[in-house]
Amino acid sequence: MAIKITEQSDTLTHISIADEMTIYTVLEQKNELLAQLKPGQQLQLDLSAVPEIDSAGMQLLIHLKKKAKQLDNEFSLTNHSQTVVEVIGLFNLTSFFGDPIVITADRSAS
Amino acid sequence: MTGIDLGPALIIFTQEAKDLLEEMESSLLSLEDEPDDSETVNSVFRAMHTIKGSAGLFGFNPVVSFTHEAETVLDHVRNGERDIDAALISVLLDCKDHTAVLLEFCLESPDAELTDELSAAGDELVKQLGGNETASEIQTVDDVNEGNASIDSEGDAKDIADSWLISLAFKSDAFRMGVDPLSFFRYLKTLGQIQRVLLITSDIPEGDEFDPESCYIHCKLAFKSDADKQTIEDVFEFAADDCDINILPPNSKIETYYSLLDDLSESHIQRLGDILVEVGALTQNDIDKAIQTQADGELRADQDKKPLGEILVEQQVVQAAVVDKALEKQQQVKQKAAAEASFIRVDSNKLGQLIDLVGELVISGAAMDLMVGKHGLADVEEVAETMNSLVSGIRDTALDLRMVPIGETFSRFRRVVRDVSKDLGKNIELKISGGETELDKTVVEKINDPLTHLIRNSLDHGIETPEQRLQAGKSEKGHIKLTARHQSGHVIIQIIDDGAGLNKERIVAKAVANGIVEENHNLTDQEIYNLIFAAGLSTKDEASDLSGRGVGMDVVRRNIEALRGSVNIDSRPGEGATITIQLPLTLAIIDGFMVEASNERYIIPLSMVEECVEMNGDNWQVDEVQNYVNLRGVAMPYLRLAEYFNAAKVESNNKKKVRQSLVVVRLGKNKAGFVVDELHGEHQTVIKPLGKIFENLDGLTGATVLGDGNVALILDVQGLIKAATT
Repeated sequence: MAIKITEQSDTLTHISIADEMTIYTVLEQKNELLAQLKPGQQLQLDLSAVPEIDSAGMQLLIHLKKKAKQLDNEFSLTNHSQTVVEVIGLFNLTSFFGDPIVITADRSAS
Repeated sequence: MTGIDLGPALIIFTQEAKDLLEEMESSLLSLEDEPDDSETVNSVFRAMHTIKGSAGLFGFNPVVSFTHEAETVLDHVRNGERDIDAALISVLLDCKDHTAVLLEFCLESPDAELTDELSAAGDELVKQLGGNETASEIQTVDDVNEGNASIDSEGDAKDIADSWLISLAFKSDAFRMGVDPLSFFRYLKTLGQIQRVLLITSDIPEGDEFDPESCYIHCKLAFKSDADKQTIEDVFEFAADDCDINILPPNSKIETYYSLLDDLSESHIQRLGDILVEVGALTQNDIDKAIQTQADGELRADQDKKPLGEILVEQQVVQAAVVDKALEKQQQVKQKAAAEASFIRVDSNKLGQLIDLVGELVISGAAMDLMVGKHGLADVEEVAETMNSLVSGIRDTALDLRMVPIGETFSRFRRVVRDVSKDLGKNIELKISGGETELDKTVVEKINDPLTHLIRNSLDHGIETPEQRLQAGKSEKGHIKLTARHQSGHVIIQIIDDGAGLNKERIVAKAVANGIVEENHNLTDQEIYNLIFAAGLSTKDEASDLSGRGVGMDVVRRNIEALRGSVNIDSRPGEGATITIQLPLTLAIIDGFMVEASNERYIIPLSMVEECVEMNGDNWQVDEVQNYVNLRGVAMPYLRLAEYFNAAKVESNNKKKVRQSLVVVRLGKNKAGFVVDELHGEHQTVIKPLGKIFENLDGLTGATVLGDGNVALILDVQGLIKAATT
């Protein structure tokens, strides 16, 4: 399973995505991720294991962010992989997501 | 007057003055639409100024003193001290008429005093001219600033000024088609620096209708690069189908374009789009799109055709300032070309003589050909060949000399439309296109009257009064479009109005009453409309002094047919009518196709010949009784030329027919086949009139003399098609 719920409580869901987020996968990912987007809760996506993301994948993240706002869900991205950081930068969306991007030593080296 | 003989000079002066006045009229009329055009004001001024000067030479004092007044006023307009408005234009038009009257008066009785009537009219006009002369402020619209403002609004002015502005609107299928905006970004980075990205995400739905595989995002990029426009556009080349791309050059590039435009060669006039592509401000793609938009816009009924430059600026592919500069350049080149072109006035009789001689030359060329063939002289044949091609070159050039653009005739109708619509209390605009279409001078001269009649007819009957138009849900202003264009060896002139259209029932009722058609006719709509060209039919119940007495339309048709042309009308109730006139390019020499039927030779105008096939019952189903042939599934009437022209002779050698050919001719939408015994091929044909006795012969328009001295008859294809159909 590419999407793994690593932590789940009444207030917080933490999901790790271990697959590419591209036009080939977005349809499936959308359904699974939307199901975890619960009103008034917190959803964290760990993107450390996303090897590739394209515009469709980014569009999905934007959609989730917007949807979350609508549902009053605190939605955040964590542990961005190198690719994700690059794409967010290219699209000039850093401030849109507003998540702190941590570039750890080993990741920046890779 | 002076003692020297002024005869020839006077003729030149008269002609020149006439031309100048005509030019002045058309300039004035165009000023109504564009009062700010200083070049046009200049040309009006020049007309008055030149006439004044020349009239002085001949001592035509009334003309001098009157034109002096007009000139003074125009000088003020030229210097921006006075505004030109509709009222002034109207007075100036009257001044032009008055000047013409004065000239005529002076020419007839050079030394006489001006009649009271004329001088009173002149004084009145001078008074009107002086009118309410007020100094006006010169308004200049700063296009450059306007252009910049609209662009600046899209981003932070300073940062972005040096960047290309690229906007990408992806279609919803883009992702599925394998287009990924990211890849463009990455590639662009190799060409320059992406200064700023604005991702427009507002179109991404928040609800369940979100389809993650569809593309909802658009972006705008500020991109700094030294690459030219084509290179940048090429980045997006393979995405062109899935994405609307707009690339606006950076403002700093404008300077570069300016200098390129200045350096552009002035050797030939280019189209605006070509100029912009050449300096690199636009790509061919931009132009194609803009032209498409322009064409689309024209299809929508009452929309004006927008200038290309305006569309380009609207589509934000180029700055207004660059377009202005390019237009300026184009104008410069045009003026230079106009100044370089010089004309000689030639007596039209001399030209006529030349054409006659060329005609004879063509005939004797054919005679020589025949001789060469007969004696089988191979070395002479080569010489003859060269001479033949020279002769046809001379023929074309000579005919070209007689070609004049129809625009001059067209622009005369502006005045007609203006005056008549005022008289009728209607608001009508005349649009002219294709004025540069050239045709034989004699044709142009002879088409003037029929055209006048048709246009007056449209003005009077076609276009409704403003009240009626508003009631019918149309714009108050009526439109008449006058167009000309070439189509396969013919000139097509169309008069299109957006009036009420023809009343079918009334035409039929009238036609039945006049005994033109039977009560239980089964005519098509088209045929009914064309009944208005029959004699003695007017659909307007009350005749006005303009048209509608039922004489005229049949005369119009006769005049046009005398020019070997045809006229047709089509109409849609409530939407208007379209009159289409088809005319031959020239009356003197045509490219003909020679055929033979029972030892008689005939010429068919080559432009009307569509194909030749073998007349064979095995290949085509031939209906011998009704004279129809099924040619590749299309039924078509045919006519045996031998039978049609010489029935008796055919009876005797009827059985000897071995192999016959079918020549398929086409005129407009109508097709027919002529059955002949032999095909002789192309033939340059000098048309000779048939003479009084044969004038009314059906199916023939003229004759030509062949190289061997024999006569071939030129077929009237239109008449024969009609004969074959019935």
